[in-house]
Amino acid sequence: MKLLNQSIKYFSISLLIIISLWAVVFYFNMLSEIKSSVDEGLENYKRQIVYRAENDSTLLQQHTFEEGFFTIHEILQEKAMRFKDRYIDTMMYMQDADDEEPELEPVRMLTTAFEHEEKYYELSIINSMVEEDDLVKEMLWETIFLYVFLVVGIILLNNIVLRRLWKPFYDFLSQLKSYRLGNSKQLPRVETTTKEFNDLQQAVTTLLLHSIESYEHQKQFIGNASHELQTPLAIATNKLELLIEQGNLKEQDAGSISEVLEIIQRLVRLNKSLLLLTKIENKQFLDNQLISINEIAKQSCEDLEEMASFKQVTLSIVERAELKVEMDTSLAAIIVSNLLRNAVFHNHDHGSVEVVVSEQSIRIINTGHPFPLDAEKVFTRFYKSELEQGGSGLGLAIVKAICSMYGYSVVYAFEEQKHCFEIQFRS
Amino acid sequence: MKILVVEDEKELLKNIVDSLTKEHFVIESAVDFRSASDKIGLYDYDCILLDIMLPGGNGLELLEQLKQSGKADNVIIISAKDSLDDKLKGLELGADDYLTKPFHIAELNARVKAVLRRNKQDGKNTIELGNAVLDLQDRLFLVNGEPVPLNRKEFDILNYFLFNKNRLVTKTALAEHVWGDNIDQADNFDFIYYQIKNLRKKLTDSNSELEIEAVYGIGYKLVEK
Repeated sequence: MKLLNQSIKYFSISLLIIISLWAVVFYFNMLSEIKSSVDEGLENYKRQIVYRAENDSTLLQQHTFEEGFFTIHEILQEKAMRFKDRYIDTMMYMQDADDEEPELEPVRMLTTAFEHEEKYYELSIINSMVEEDDLVKEMLWETIFLYVFLVVGIILLNNIVLRRLWKPFYDFLSQLKSYRLGNSKQLPRVETTTKEFNDLQQAVTTLLLHSIESYEHQKQFIGNASHELQTPLAIATNKLELLIEQGNLKEQDAGSISEVLEIIQRLVRLNKSLLLLTKIENKQFLDNQLISINEIAKQSCEDLEEMASFKQVTLSIVERAELKVEMDTSLAAIIVSNLLRNAVFHNHDHGSVEVVVSEQSIRIINTGHPFPLDAEKVFTRFYKSELEQGGSGLGLAIVKAICSMYGYSVVYAFEEQKHCFEIQFRS
Repeated sequence: MKILVVEDEKELLKNIVDSLTKEHFVIESAVDFRSASDKIGLYDYDCILLDIMLPGGNGLELLEQLKQSGKADNVIIISAKDSLDDKLKGLELGADDYLTKPFHIAELNARVKAVLRRNKQDGKNTIELGNAVLDLQDRLFLVNGEPVPLNRKEFDILNYFLFNKNRLVTKTALAEHVWGDNIDQADNFDFIYYQIKNLRKKLTDSNSELEIEAVYGIGYKLVEK
């Protein structure tokens, strides 16, 4: 979820809670405000009625609400003495402009007592009140409207403000995404006055500088390690070669020397493969150019032609389309030739190897052992099936490493008794 | 033929010098940047084997020095670094070849011979041995003046053997030279045996005076009968 939507999510949830609470509080406050204002009106009426009753005693005869908004009853003195003004909410039949016939409507009633010419009277005055269900309904709609209005407002504001505020961040992020250690010359950089972004930029820059330093060290280390290992290997190889060349060796001694020489050769190849693998994983090859996989496949087939015919394996290439990809030439040659070499070597007499180049992929299909390899493990380093002897166990790991670096997929399948390796160059 | 070997690793230097001495070359050696620089300044060499990582400086600087005096075209860089950058830089500076450690004696021999041959002034690009002639330019093999048909790989093998006349060529060195490196499968050796068998047959059938001898089952040697 994007930051923008995240903030909208949190805002709308918290606004919903705040507005709901606010609506409840507001409703009760308003209700009590209405009541106190109605009560003041009633109090005012009371004074007027009492005042008018002094001049007009007919008022004292009004016993029901039929004729007006008040009633007057005579009461005993003791009762009157104990009387206190009471405001109550009650219901009464009334007919408003919007009613067809009288209905029960909420009213506010003040009950009080007064004295007139030594007599005591109880006075009840009513005033119509707001209808609470109407009020609630009205409030609900208003609240919903307010909520929607606020949310829409926030979305709009968010879009404008946040987008503007976060722009340096997104710029920085996109630069960072395309940054490649050891390959990009310029560090990601944006101009901003926001402190947080400047802090982030500084932290990332520090981290990158540190990574670049370790990367350089590692590169240097690989170079040195290669130097340190290759030289002794060269000395050992050459010494043994010269020793054999000298002659005067017993057959048995020569045999031992030849075995040692072969072991050294294995070491040489292992060292080379490991160095290559490390170099690939450090992305030290990125001399990308547009190359034709068809050409590379043809070249690889040509290189292996004699070997294949010696092994009585037929090598064929089917070009369904011209496949061009942007990659390092030597790495492309390595992936194709590693797969092809495996296909030829792990084959049986009179077997076949078919290379199919199509628009997006290259498939290498070969006969061989009549049961599938472990599709999961086949690409791991030093994996060797029980039948494979003498290989370094790194050939396919190198293929995999190259493919992952470029984001290509490489899969193994066993179909119709044939082993099939496929590299998808485009997803 | 005078060759300068610039290599700081004494044992490796000794191997190279031993091997090249067998070819009757005059060898001089330098083990650090300064002495190498001095020698390059003072003498002319037919071929210089140059290590890149040297005590006291970088071999590429020596190459630059050679280039300035127009003598860079007979340099073979020997480096433990199989780095494309170095290779390109070296070749750009005019080096003739780039050999990555570890290498086989036979390979070094062949490369040195190739450099000497390329820089030879007589313009003839053939190797002669006994009654046989290998024409590198037209890729022809002649015995007693008669052409003997060889396929591409057989020609390469014979060429390699002729550069290493009377010297041991191990099966691994041969496989790497002719079929590229990384061929590490065991049945590879049967394949080489098969190729050699074919080549021997052609050599015998054409009555050439060349013979490929097996050496302790580890490699071969081309000799004149």
